[in-house]
Amino acid sequence: MALPRRRLRISHLWLFLVPSLALIATFYFVPVVLTFLISLTNMDYSFRWNWVGLQNYMNIVEDPWLPKIFSNTLFYVFTTLTLFNVGLALLVSLVTTHINEKVGAAFRALWLLPRITPSTVYALLWLWATREDPDSLFNWFLGLFGLPPVNWRLEHPWLIVILVNGFIGVSFGMIIFTAALKSIGNDVIWAAKVDGASTWQLIRYVELPLIKWPILFVLAYQTLSLFTSYEYILLTTGGGPGLYTTEVWALYVYDLAFRQYGGIVKFGYGAALAVFLVIMGVVVSVIYLKVFRFRELMIEPKIEVE
Amino acid sequence: MGRSLRRVMGSALAYAFILAVTLPVILLYVLLFLTSFATDMEGIVPKGFTLKNWEFIVSGNIRVPGAEYQYPNLYLVMGNTFLLAISVAGAEMFLASLAGYAISRFRFRGRSLLMGTILVLHAFPGVALLIAIFYILNALGLYDTLVGVFIIKVALDLPLAIWIMKGFFDGIPWDLEMSALIDGCSRFQAWLRVILPNVRNGLMAVLIFGFLSGWSEFIYILTFISSQKYWTLSMLVYAFTSGEYFYINPGVTATIAIIYMLPVVAFFLFAQKYLLRIQIAGKGVV
Repeated sequence: MALPRRRLRISHLWLFLVPSLALIATFYFVPVVLTFLISLTNMDYSFRWNWVGLQNYMNIVEDPWLPKIFSNTLFYVFTTLTLFNVGLALLVSLVTTHINEKVGAAFRALWLLPRITPSTVYALLWLWATREDPDSLFNWFLGLFGLPPVNWRLEHPWLIVILVNGFIGVSFGMIIFTAALKSIGNDVIWAAKVDGASTWQLIRYVELPLIKWPILFVLAYQTLSLFTSYEYILLTTGGGPGLYTTEVWALYVYDLAFRQYGGIVKFGYGAALAVFLVIMGVVVSVIYLKVFRFRELMIEPKIEVE
Repeated sequence: MGRSLRRVMGSALAYAFILAVTLPVILLYVLLFLTSFATDMEGIVPKGFTLKNWEFIVSGNIRVPGAEYQYPNLYLVMGNTFLLAISVAGAEMFLASLAGYAISRFRFRGRSLLMGTILVLHAFPGVALLIAIFYILNALGLYDTLVGVFIIKVALDLPLAIWIMKGFFDGIPWDLEMSALIDGCSRFQAWLRVILPNVRNGLMAVLIFGFLSGWSEFIYILTFISSQKYWTLSMLVYAFTSGEYFYINPGVTATIAIIYMLPVVAFFLFAQKYLLRIQIAGKGVV
């Protein structure tokens, strides 16, 4: 009886897993391999495989725009991450957990809105608020102080890019930090209060040290997310104004392949640049799995009926 | 006395701070709403109330003043968006509840490799694969079809959905299906009749996640759809903002944006616990 039973078990396993595995293999694994292969060709819209060896990788070194795009990317990731994804997220969760509970929860709910709003609508909101005429939200605000209107997207494109992405970025850290703050035992908080700690001292010497790991986790995770993000930049400044003013690495990959209007589509070169994103994605994920919660996630299955 | 005064001051400062940093979020959405119902706007002050920006929804035809160019009919676009969202949601829920169960309950060779891979995939830069996916869609004849977008959407969302479902299955005590199995249910029957009803919250979370993900999808539509008849609402709003229409007729643009946001707002108001769950399990999209 042992053999047929075992066969039955395996067939069940397949029944449960195969549909998902097939999809993921075809549209996840095959693309990863294809990306590497395409990066060794000078493929364009005709989809012909003209092998050029490592030519695309040598072009990376010679690309005159790449230093600018690389420093743009670093600036974008660093600024958004520190000011919003970690900085403001931390402030929002600290403040909302120290005021009235219901009011705090309501404010946190509002911060979720940007993330769940469809990207094109969210971009529209910002474009509308920062348009150049004096009646736009930003210029109306300046007008209250008697200041002349500003063409925000033209004169301060980075401000727009960082605000647009930052206001979405807050929610992820906010949720993680709030959960961590709430899980700090009341005994610890009370002990500190009995000892006469002020709210500020409580935050500085008790709460912040206790949520050190969640902060590091958000830092690591959002670094990767920001490095590979481009959708909201595409939707607001489009990498401009002018040539590559706010262009970042991921957007450059997209533009090379899909937005060369009237020009030549460069799948090969785009794929070579994408390979760097793939490698970075894998390296960062592996580090973060090793450091953070791999063991905990890999617990053995709870049930195994033979 | 000085101490309690300081406490009140500190608390007032906290409220002032949180209100000040959240105000831009509130204003952005209030502004959208006012723009749709106002005759004209001066900053954030509406000049008068009107419903003229909503008149076009009777026919769904979006007229561009003084231009030959026609946008596709609103109802066609809404239909496409809904179809995509509902099928993505259904497929993800079905597939993820199967695979999540297998990973949670079966012991098999390569299980932890599979789990590691799923986690890595879920943090994977989607933009890196677009070129290769374009190649595959083209080879399969699925370029410029909603079916193509549907398949990609499901495949790329699936690792996260499987992960969410696995978490829910992990939380179900195994005696439950053990007794079902002892009573003579097959593994599949136990899954369908005993386990699934117990992970209703998980199924809802994945369903909502899938729906919102499909409903909001923009990049794949922009990249893999070229015919207007397959546009979804994201593409229509994008066409408005990248073209002139947005400035010519902000009221109608705002109205369409509001219509597009309705399901999102509904989930926001009535299903926040699921959204939070997705947020925690999910990647920070940006």
